[in-house]
Amino acid sequence: MLGKLLLNHYEAVAVILFGIGMTNLLMQRNLIKKIIGLNIMDTAVYLFLAAKGYVEGRAAPILIENGSGGWLTSSELYVNPVPAGLVLTGIVVSVSVTAFSLALALKLYENYGTLNIDEALLKMTEEQLELETTIENAEEDVLV
Amino acid sequence: MIILEWLLLIFLIVCAIAVSISKNLLNSVIIFMSYSLVMAVIWVLLRSPDLAITEAAVGAGVTSVLFFLALRKIGQLGHEKENNEAK
Amino acid sequence: MHRELKIVWKNFFNWVFGNGPRPENEVIPVEPPPDLPFTQKPKDKYSRFHEATLKERYEQWLEIHGLHIFAVLYSGLSILTCVVIVCLLLATVAELPPFGHERNPANNEVIRRYVEHGGHETGAQNIVAGLILDYRAFDTFGESAVLFTAAVSVLMMLGASRRNKIKNAPSLKSDGNFPRRESPFEEPILRGVASLSIPAILMLGCVVVINGHLTPGGGFSGGAILSTALILAANAYGFERVHEFFNERTFIISSSTALMIYALSKGYSFFTGANHFYSIIPKGTVGNILSAGLILPLNICVGLIVAGTLYTFYALFSKGDL
Repeated sequence: MLGKLLLNHYEAVAVILFGIGMTNLLMQRNLIKKIIGLNIMDTAVYLFLAAKGYVEGRAAPILIENGSGGWLTSSELYVNPVPAGLVLTGIVVSVSVTAFSLALALKLYENYGTLNIDEALLKMTEEQLELETTIENAEEDVLV
Repeated sequence: MIILEWLLLIFLIVCAIAVSISKNLLNSVIIFMSYSLVMAVIWVLLRSPDLAITEAAVGAGVTSVLFFLALRKIGQLGHEKENNEAK
Repeated sequence: MHRELKIVWKNFFNWVFGNGPRPENEVIPVEPPPDLPFTQKPKDKYSRFHEATLKERYEQWLEIHGLHIFAVLYSGLSILTCVVIVCLLLATVAELPPFGHERNPANNEVIRRYVEHGGHETGAQNIVAGLILDYRAFDTFGESAVLFTAAVSVLMMLGASRRNKIKNAPSLKSDGNFPRRESPFEEPILRGVASLSIPAILMLGCVVVINGHLTPGGGFSGGAILSTALILAANAYGFERVHEFFNERTFIISSSTALMIYALSKGYSFFTGANHFYSIIPKGTVGNILSAGLILPLNICVGLIVAGTLYTFYALFSKGDL
């Protein structure tokens, strides 16, 4: 199995990076690090896709002149262009996702003063309890 | 060439682990920036120059700038909060 | 013997279920008063030491240690999940066809079609540009729309809240000199370097956008380079100078116009192509700047959207509004 993995080293590294990013996403309590872990997962998937499109000894998918005013259009000459197109789309979408989640994290920081998700949850529950007690007190006042 | 590939791939893994280990947020953002740059070199090795340009401009440039700005804003807010508490 | 067993059983029973039913509305001290020894605790009904049941003890223990145990359990389970997933994926990767082989199943007839006919069908020298802006142009349209939507939502989240806060509660942490500060580095060296490098960066961005169908690059990377030029200008000369020609209004108008042009022109192209009508868009000769049909204007549209959006992200994250 190790020998086969060495044949597919790009894909193996992509899978390991995916695992590291996912561990980051699950384990880190800091939101910024969680977002970085998400980005690492993204790039791991892109690396896997692009590695599947690579063919040994072929050129980048940009047409080459054949010397007499025409273009070499044999598919034996170029690597697979489809993963490049897919990944190009993905990179830009991942930037917008990163910006959006950073904005969410900033809003959370403005409200709770922390980036740690546990502390933020604790403060959220405390606020909820306070709200419930004030509502109960108000109801009692109304009843009295 | 094979050695370069392996070096870059191992560098990627080391960077990804260092991001999760490092305590300082600024350090981890800088490490992530270098991760994106190495990824751009790997796109060139994989014969995808389009991806290399995009990754270098978007991944290493704009994303890292966004992270830095978020950190600066958090530092700023924390600083102001401390000031308010001191007052 | 029998009696001892009975006492042991009663102790065990008390340990599990507590000593008797608990009177309602009773104030129960959780532990005995510290100045009295355990054996001399008062027999009074209301301050009687109530031996906790097993359930109550479990709840107390959970309250004290539960968070810690949950944290340990959570991290262990998450590491286990990740390791299992990575092992499964590695086992799958080991069975994949070898890396870089030309007979891989990914290199099928779709790729042959794209490479062999892409040149004269789309008119683009860069096959990837022809792929994402001609064959699969609606994909890229959706992507630009995603980018625009993200910018608008970040604008709503970070921009609107600041306005409300300034209006309603000026004493909150949103005031101070940070959002109104003109430029973080008002230094002559930065301005000199910026005045030299901004035209070069702008020109590089334009070249990458306009040559998107001939060389690597295109709307996304060129737009990102253009936005870095804007960001550098904002840092060196202050946001006010950039605001003179690029503000919220300009961003909304330019981005939505670019999206509309994209949608209409590509809709026309798909309509004529699908119905085998004659299209008035010339393909041009492969390799010229003015070739490749719609790819050049579409690249310019995408470049405008990306440059505006990324600069918007920067401005929103650094000063809070555009």
